[in-house]
Formats: sequence, C-alpha cells, structure tokens
Amino acid sequence: MQHVIIGNGPAGVVAADTLRKADPQASIILLGDEPEPPYGRMAIPYLLEGNIDEAGTHLRRDADHFTRHDIELRQGRVTSVDTEASELTLDGGDSLGFDHLLIATGSRPNRPPIPGIDDPRVQTCWTLADARAIAQLADKDAEVVLLGAGFIGCIVLEALAARGVKLTVVEMADRMVARMLDANAGSMLGTWCEQHGVSVRTGVSVTGVDGSGERLDVSLDDGSSLPAQLLILAAGVRPNIDFLDGSGIETDNGILVDECLHTSKPGIFAAGDVAQGRDFSTGHRMVHAIQPVAADQGRCAAMNMAVHPTAYPGGLAMNVLSTLGLVSCSFGAWDGVDGGDSTQLLDRERFRYLNLQFAADRLVGATGIGLTEHVGALRGLIQSRQRLGPWKARLQRDPTRIMEALVGCSVQL
Amino acid sequence: MQRSLVLDPKKCTGCMQCEMACSLENEGYVVPARSRIRVFAFHDEGRYAPFTCTQCSEAWCLHACPVEAITIDASTGAKVVHDTVCVGCKVCTIACPFGTINYASNSGKVIKCDLCGGEPACAHACPTGAITYQDADQTGLDRMRRWAGESLSSATAQ
Repeated sequence: MQHVIIGNGPAGVVAADTLRKADPQASIILLGDEPEPPYGRMAIPYLLEGNIDEAGTHLRRDADHFTRHDIELRQGRVTSVDTEASELTLDGGDSLGFDHLLIATGSRPNRPPIPGIDDPRVQTCWTLADARAIAQLADKDAEVVLLGAGFIGCIVLEALAARGVKLTVVEMADRMVARMLDANAGSMLGTWCEQHGVSVRTGVSVTGVDGSGERLDVSLDDGSSLPAQLLILAAGVRPNIDFLDGSGIETDNGILVDECLHTSKPGIFAAGDVAQGRDFSTGHRMVHAIQPVAADQGRCAAMNMAVHPTAYPGGLAMNVLSTLGLVSCSFGAWDGVDGGDSTQLLDRERFRYLNLQFAADRLVGATGIGLTEHVGALRGLIQSRQRLGPWKARLQRDPTRIMEALVGCSVQL
Repeated sequence: MQRSLVLDPKKCTGCMQCEMACSLENEGYVVPARSRIRVFAFHDEGRYAPFTCTQCSEAWCLHACPVEAITIDASTGAKVVHDTVCVGCKVCTIACPFGTINYASNSGKVIKCDLCGGEPACAHACPTGAITYQDADQTGLDRMRRWAGESLSSATAQ
C-alpha cells in the first residue's frame, strides 16, 4: 500500500505519523513544496519575536524523526492529480502513483488587488521565507503598516510590537478580528491596542502603495496616507485547490469532504485548511483553517486511509489569540443561534469579558477576553453537547463558573 | 503497572493542601493559583471536588501542539509540557476539553499536571485519601475517559 500525502504542515505530518502507527508496513511519502523541514506556521510570530530560533518552529524536534519512522520526505509541488490513473504530476514533470492520497495543501495568503503591492517591502507573513524578509525590514522604530486585523494580523501584531516597530493597523471591518470576536470583544481589543501604543484604524481600506520614494507611501480610502518601511498583508487566506482543476474532485471554498474526510473520488482524502467538512455547530460544510482541526482531521483521515473506518464529528470553530498580552478566545456559535439565549460578564476597564451562548440548556458558543484559566472547559461543554441542568442558571448568575459546570456535570459529587 | 491519580470528591474536605503542595513542588513556592490540581467548591451540593488532568489517551493537548512541546513520559504515561520548547501559543488550552492545561502569563508557557514524575505531591499531601495514586486499572478515571470518548470525537481512535 502506498500512501501519498500532499502538504507537510500540521495536518500532513500528523497524518503521516498516524499512518505509520496504523499501517506499519505501508509506504508513506510526504510531499512539501518549501525548502524547509516540516514546520508550524503557528510558531512564526514567536520566531519574529526572537523567542525561538527556526528549529523551534519545526513540527518534529528530532531531525531523524521521519527517517526513523520510514516516512519519505520529498520536496516538490503537485501540478495535477489524475484520479483515474491514481497518479500525481510534479512540477519537474515526474509522476508519482498512489493507492491512497491525502490532500493537505493548506491555504495561502490573499494578496488584495491593490496598485503597487508587488514592491518587495510589501510582505505576507505566512512562510519561514516571509518571516526572514520581515525580520530584515522590521527593525526597532521602523514604521510598519499592517493590513488586516484578523486572527493572523493580530498574532503578527504582537510579534511586531515586541520588535519595537511603530505600528499602524488598517482594518476594513468595523472592529478587530470580526470573524472571531463579537462587537464587545473586538472593541475591547482595539482599545487595548491603542492603550499599548499601536494605532488602530478600523473601517478603512488601503487603496494604493507608492514605492517610488525611500519609504512606501500607503494611501487609504479616507484620503489619508501612511509612510512605511514595511507593509504587511494579513488579508485572510484561501485554500490551495487550484491544482485540482480538471481532476473531478469536488470543491467549493475548499475540497468537499464527508464525515470520513473522503473527497468525491475514491481513495482520496483531504484534511486541514484545504478541507471543507462538516461544521460541528451548523452542520454545514465549512473550511476551518485552525490548528486543532487540522490535527484532528489529519489523524482521522489517516485512520480511514489505513482502512480503520473513523468518523469525524465535525470541526468546532475555536481560536485563542494573544495581542500585546491580552488573551482572547472564542468557540463554536459565539454569535449565538436562533431561539437561543446568552449571558455575559463585561468589565471594560479591567479588560475582562465572558459571553456564553446557549441553545435551551446546552452551551453552544462562547467569547472570552482576559480568560486564561480552564478555557478548554468551554470546548468540553460545547462539543459534548452536555445538558447543563441546574448549571445553566448558575452560569447565568456567574459565567466564570465554567469549570465547576464541567466538573459538576461529569463527576459524581 | 502504570498508575493514575484517583480523585474522590466524597472524601475531599476542601482543605486545599493539594493545591499548596502542587504549587510548592512545581513552582518552588506556595501559590495555589498556579497549582496544576484545583479544588472546586460546590456549595449547592455541599461538596468539594479536586480535579486535574486525567492523562487521557486522546491527548488533545499533545496532538494540537504545533511544535511538539508536549510528549508522553514513558514511565508514568503523563503528558508532559517541555518549557524550553513551548512557544506559549495556547492552542492546547482550547483543545483540551477538560480545561486542565492553562496558560501561565508569568512564564508565557502552559502548565499542566505531569504526575510529578511518578510521585504526585498532591496525593502525598492529601490528608483524607481524596487524592490517591493507584494502579491504573483500579481507578474511576475510566468513567471520565468514556465520557470524553463518547461525547467528543471518534476521530481519536489509534
């Protein structure tokens, strides 16, 4: 049995390790298109901050890990998939056959169609190569403009601030991290950033970049402009599915997968940022470009590739973010569900916030600011669909008792 | 034979000696807020319940870590955080459905129970036998683990 995995990010690496355990005799080939050992993009901000070196971003600490587990690492970009012949074509023209294929090609950053964006001082922050380029330009006191205050923008923001740059964030939406945080949390985060010396401009777009001078001139749609030695693009990501054109593998925003992470073609699976699978909260198929879902899906896909049928119950949206020391998180249906109700604790001055969303006596979503203790209990309560019984009223009185609710519902008192 | 922590709320008096012992062992000073084991008060039921990581086989924290900072101690089975590797991204804290791995802002790392290398200070400190360290197959942890398995995901079978 030959298993081929396209993509050596978290989903691909977890899948390879799981396959090795589940199918000890199989041949496993792990393809990556960057000239680096498998690494985690999640760790890049900490590299930029100087907390770790490049080796600290590697997904497996032991340099011999893949050799030891007889997992063949290969560098190459897949240009097409022939599902009838079960064969891949690589960019050099080589072909590679497979019995089972996992597509874990992840996503890539959007480059908005803005005039002047191809200047070398305009960078995305996605790969190790990007991080090296940013490190060259983001010196202490450098003027840096960050386009996009989404999840990735906010993680990069912390690293840039730690480097001592003069930072302005430009965000199209009316608040920071609008796809992860509700209006209260997003505005609290904005206030926090302003108080910590980062200029936050929401509700504005970048319309052009003039690179003719010594510094970039970044113009905005409100008529103003910002000087910058570096413009960082953090305008969202999209799944890497272009190479599947003509393959017959069904795609929408990402690759459509069933509950076993199987695509529309036999023997071909998808996992991680590229997969569009069942969402736990809505039941609809959605792309969840987050680390825990990538790891869970990588494991689940590998089990099915090794012919141990395993269902994935659906990805739960969840994120945790640290922005200049303020920790924010959200889970599931954080913006509520039809017919549901909510409770919250809000202390803007102390930057403390916890909002819980219920459907009848079940927790379905949550948003937190300044919450670091027992955060995972929110996932446990939501994903177990635990009936809260008397705990709903107690949580309505004091939302911070999430851990007591979890313990109270799960152990015999 | 691997052993596990057995937590019995019926025997817990809420004396908090476990929290003090845990923080002293792991932090070098008594600061219950940094204890890996926590005692929760249930005033409506008139109970206290000690609770910490069950060292679950699903190991959500370990699998979610992007830099392999959490590994399994072969002798105890504990999932152990390596401070020198942890970058403080907190993904494990949202991945663990038990809420038993926490971010410590003082260190910028996450902390969780590591069974103190096989001699858990909390069990040693507990005066009532509410926390004991026993052969794994005799513990009541199976119920917790079953709850996790049934209610969360079948994506973890390995």
